[in-house]
Amino acid sequence: MRALRRPVGVAGLGLLALVLFVAAFGPVLWGERATVVDTGDLLAGPSAEHWIGTDNLGRDLFARVMVAARLSILLALAATAISLVLGIALGAAPMLVGRRLGRLITSAVNVLVAFPGLLLVLFFAVVFGVGARGAALAVGLAGAPAFARLCHTLVAAVSERDYVAAARIAGVSRVRVLLRHVLPNIAEPLIVNATMAAGGVLLTFAGLSFLGLGVQAPSYDWGKLMQDGLNGIYVHPLAALGPGIAVVLAGLAFNLTGEAFAAAPGRTRPLEAAREPAARTAPVAGTSLSVDGLRVTIPGPAGPIHAVRGVTFTVGDGEAVGVVGESGSGKSVTALAVAGLLEPPIRVDANHLVVAGEDLMAAGAHRRLGTSLAVVFQDPMTSFNPAHRVGPQLAEVSRFHQGMSRKAAFARAVDRLRAVRIGEPGRRARQYPFEFSGGMRQRAMIGMGLMGDPRLIIADEPTTALDVTVQRQVLELLAEVRRDTGAALLLISHDVTVVTDVCDRVLVMYAGRVVEELPAKDLRTLARHPYTRALVAAVPDMETDLNRPLAVIPGLPVDPTQVPSGCAFAPRCPFADDHCRAVAPALVAGVACHKSAEVGR
Amino acid sequence: MSVLSFQEVSVRYGAHTVLDDVSLEVAAGQTVGLVGESGCGKSTLARAAVGLAPVTGGRILLDGRPVPNRGRRPVQMVFQDPYSSLDPRMTVGESIAEAMPERLGKKARQAEITRLLALVHLDAARAADIPGRLSGGQRQRVALARALAARPRVILADEITSALDVSVQGAVLNLIRDMRRDLGLSMLFISHNLAVVRYVADHVAVLHAGRIVEHGPTARVLGAPQHEYTRHLLAAVSLKEQK
Repeated sequence: MRALRRPVGVAGLGLLALVLFVAAFGPVLWGERATVVDTGDLLAGPSAEHWIGTDNLGRDLFARVMVAARLSILLALAATAISLVLGIALGAAPMLVGRRLGRLITSAVNVLVAFPGLLLVLFFAVVFGVGARGAALAVGLAGAPAFARLCHTLVAAVSERDYVAAARIAGVSRVRVLLRHVLPNIAEPLIVNATMAAGGVLLTFAGLSFLGLGVQAPSYDWGKLMQDGLNGIYVHPLAALGPGIAVVLAGLAFNLTGEAFAAAPGRTRPLEAAREPAARTAPVAGTSLSVDGLRVTIPGPAGPIHAVRGVTFTVGDGEAVGVVGESGSGKSVTALAVAGLLEPPIRVDANHLVVAGEDLMAAGAHRRLGTSLAVVFQDPMTSFNPAHRVGPQLAEVSRFHQGMSRKAAFARAVDRLRAVRIGEPGRRARQYPFEFSGGMRQRAMIGMGLMGDPRLIIADEPTTALDVTVQRQVLELLAEVRRDTGAALLLISHDVTVVTDVCDRVLVMYAGRVVEELPAKDLRTLARHPYTRALVAAVPDMETDLNRPLAVIPGLPVDPTQVPSGCAFAPRCPFADDHCRAVAPALVAGVACHKSAEVGR
Repeated sequence: MSVLSFQEVSVRYGAHTVLDDVSLEVAAGQTVGLVGESGCGKSTLARAAVGLAPVTGGRILLDGRPVPNRGRRPVQMVFQDPYSSLDPRMTVGESIAEAMPERLGKKARQAEITRLLALVHLDAARAADIPGRLSGGQRQRVALARALAARPRVILADEITSALDVSVQGAVLNLIRDMRRDLGLSMLFISHNLAVVRYVADHVAVLHAGRIVEHGPTARVLGAPQHEYTRHLLAAVSLKEQK
C-alpha cells in the first residue's frame, strides 16, 4: 500500500471509506427519518433539527442525502463495471478473433471514442428508457469505448513482449495466453482507471437524474434530490447544494484514490544529509578532466545505492582514456557525473571535479563550460528531438552558447555535418532525425559536439547500438575529430576491443571503483588485476581456441546496495583470502589488488 | 534429431521485402550460425519458422513436412531480451511447466523442472523465484530451459547473448556448446557477432538485405570468404582487433 504513504492517498482512501460506509449503512441509520412526513414543516430552511432543511413533504433532507448514497454509489459502480467488462471484451477481442475482424473492431471503437461521451449517454438513455436500470446501462455502454481503447493499447503492448510469443510457440491457446499472461499484466492500470472513471460516472448519473432521465420517484439518488431542490434554490440553497456536495465528495473520494494509486512511485528512502564537504584538492595541471574522490549515491527502494565509490583519475589534454566494466560497474554514472548531468536527489561528491578548467562542484559551472564539453550517448535515436529538423538542433548550440544569428548558426551546422562526413549536408540538415540511419545520427551527434570548440568529448557506449561496419566508421570519425581539434576523449564501453582500439589509457571499473589503470596496449597481455584478466579472457575473438570452453567469471556481480567492506571482487576471485575479504585494496601503482604480485606471475 | 530446411522462403510486408528466396538447411545435430547486420532479416527468418512472421512464398520443412504453426511447435525459439522473455508475474517453475508437452502430476512436474534447470546449470531452488530476482544471464538460461521443456526437435536462438554482459555471455555460449554435445540438438544460432558465431557454429550463413550471400562450413566462410559482403563484415571485425 504505497499509496497510503502520500497525503493524497490518505485523503482519498479515508474519504472513500467514509462514502462506502454511508452507502452501506445509510438506509439503516437514517432510513426511518428520511421517510417521516411532517406536514407542519414543509420546505423549511436549515435548523438544529433539520440540518439542511426539509423537502415539500417535510421530510428531513440530510437523512435523505445519506440514504441516497447507497443507490448513487451502487449505480455508479454498476455502470463502471459494465464499462470495464465491455471495454476489456472489446479491447482484447482483436487479439483473439484474427486480423481482419480485429481491425474492424478496433476501427469501430475508435469511431465511438470520437463521439462526445454525454451524447452517447443521452442516446442510450433514450434507447433503454427512463429509469435507474436504463440509466445504468446507458452510462455503462457510453463508457465502454474509452476502456476498450485503453485495454486495446495495453493488450497490444503486452502482446509484443517475447514471453507472449514464447507461450504461443509452446502451444498455449490464445484464450489461455490472454488469461494467464496478458490480463494479469495489464490489471493494474485498468483498475486505477476504473476507480477514476467511477468518480466521473457518479457525476454523469447525477446529471441524468437531474435532467429527469435517471432515477424516478419514489426512488431517489443525489441527482434526483438536486432536481427536487432546484425549485427553491433562491430560498433554500442548501436543499440543492447538500446533495451536490455529496456528489462532489464521493467523486473526489474515487478520483483521489485512483490518482494516489496511479502516481504511487517506487518508494525510495531519501539520502541522509550530506557529510562534511570533502577536503578540497587542486586539479592536476595540463588536464582536460581531473577527478578526485568522485562518489555518486542514488536513493533506492532498499537504501542508498553507492554507484560510484571514490574514483580518482585524469584525462590529459588531447589524451584518449577508456573506461571498461560490466553493467552496474558505475562506468556510465561516472560519465554522467563528469558531464554534470546528474541532478538531485542523486548526490555527487568529489574533492574536485574539474572539466576544461571549470570546477563542476561550483555553482553555475555548467553554463560557463559552454561548448568546451561535448557528449555522445549510446542511443542516437533518443538523443535528438524527433520533432525538430537536425540542422536547427545543431544550430541551437551555437545560438545559445556563442550568440550566433539563426542564419550563421545554421550555416555552421551544415559545415559541421560536412565535417562528420555526412553527404549532401545542406539537404540533410533540413531532414528529421528519423530520416537518418543509426550511424548517421551518431555522426550528427558528434557534429553537434563540434559546433563549439570542445576540449573534452565524453562518449558513453557510442557504438553499442550500431552494426560492426558502421561502428568502425564512427570510431574512425572520433579518431579523426581528435586529430583535427586536439580534443581529449573519455570513452565508456563494455567492449574491450573498442576501447583498446581507440584509447591510450584504460580504466577498469568494478562495483563503483577503478580496480586497474593501464596503457591500452597492455590490456590484453599485461593486466595485473584478476578481474581485468577474466574480463579480457571471457570475450571470444576470431582467434579463440575452439576446443576449450570460454573463460567465465563465477558468481554474480555485487549488489550495489550491499557492497562488502573488503575487496568487492573477492567473492568471485580465485586468489582471494581472508585479508581480501576484510580490507578493501587501494589503487596503488595502477592496480587495486592485494594479490597483484601473484596474479602477474 | 531433425532437419529444418527453409526452401525459397520469402517474407513481404506490403511492398517491403524482408526475406527474398532464402534457402537454408539446419542439418541433424548441427549448429548453423546466421550472421548479418540489423535489419537484414535474420530474426524474421526465425520468426517465420514458428509462425510469428507471415511466409509469403516458399516452404519451411521439418524432416520433409511443413512446420506446424499452431499448437505446440516442434521448433522452439529463445529470444534476445532476457527482460522481456519471461512473464514477470509467473515463477520460473510455472514458466517452464507451461511449455511441457504432457500434463504431469505435481511430483513428476517438479522432477522435470529440476531436470531442465540442471541442464542449464541452475539450482532447483530457482524454480520458486519470479524473474525479477534473477540476473540477465540466469533469465536467459531459464528461457533455454523453457524451450527445452517443449521437447523441441530444433532450437532457434535469436541473438541470445547480445543483451548480456561479457562475463555472462561466456557461460551461455559454453552452455550452448555443452547442449549440442550432450543432447545432439539442431540449432539455428542467430548473431551479429562473428566471433561468437565462430565459437559455436559448424556452418555459417551470411544474410544481406534479405538474401543469403554465402553459406558453408564456419572455418571456410570466415577463413576464406568468397563473397564481397562477407569480406566487408570480416574486415570491420579484424580492424577492431588489429591492436
